Amino acid sequence: MDKLIAGVNVSVNEEGYLTDSSQWTKEIAAAIAAEEGVELTDKHYELIEFVRNKVANGETLTIRGIGKSGVVNAKEFYGLFPGAPLKKATKISGVPKPTSCI
Amino acid sequence: MEKEEKVPLKKILLICSKANLEDVYAALVMANGAVMEGIETKIFFTFFGLDAITKKTMNKLHTATTGNPGMRMPGGLPFPTLLGGLPGIEAGVSAMMRKQMEELDIPPVDEFLELITAGGGQIYACKLAMDMFKLSKEDLSDEVEAVITVGELYEMCDGAGTQIVFT
Repeated sequence: MDKLIAGVNVSVNEEGYLTDSSQWTKEIAAAIAAEEGVELTDKHYELIEFVRNKVANGETLTIRGIGKSGVVNAKEFYGLFPGAPLKKATKISGVPKPTSCI
Repeated sequence: MEKEEKVPLKKILLICSKANLEDVYAALVMANGAVMEGIETKIFFTFFGLDAITKKTMNKLHTATTGNPGMRMPGGLPFPTLLGGLPGIEAGVSAMMRKQMEELDIPPVDEFLELITAGGGQIYACKLAMDMFKLSKEDLSDEVEAVITVGELYEMCDGAGTQIVFT
């Protein structure tokens, strides 16, 4: 289905995850973040870039992996995206919801 | 008919009473998964489960190679109990399991505890079991929040949407 985010029509799934990662822009990220109650800082964008690169390379995202990313440690990651960090971070990054259990 | 209201899981308490690699990891994976979902998470380690939070033993947990019907040889053949009892077999099999978990990005126990507490999860040790095994707080991982009694444990389990799981 389509959804109007930040003035652009993008295709999303029923949970609001972008189904086409190439439609992602920083403005869309900020709009989704606002819906999730997160205000994006430079650190967020740095992490979003890391997440998008990881997914583009076909790698599995885990909190452990992000904690070792060199961008943030696990605790800081929870601080940036309070509640459910991996779900929120992927949604804001315009990549699919992670399927990892860890 | 009355409409049943759906109450989301808000808080979970996992109790781990065994030192087997698989029992400890079941508790840790479920706890970490709950933390990742934003659920308030606590793990209570008691009896042999204390091995999982004792500095000396936490990263050397074993899986049982005798009396474990789920045990298989590589390739799927049955694992004879007599073989499992030979010296070094249990240590070798356990090391192999730990290696396979590492390949799946499942962290060692000490690091797993850090991940759980990084997300706000809390680790507790059972006072009675500590006394039984003659352990002190200093023997335990720094990630352990406190040594508590069963009564204190139940006090933490108030509120709708709380579940207790014994692994």
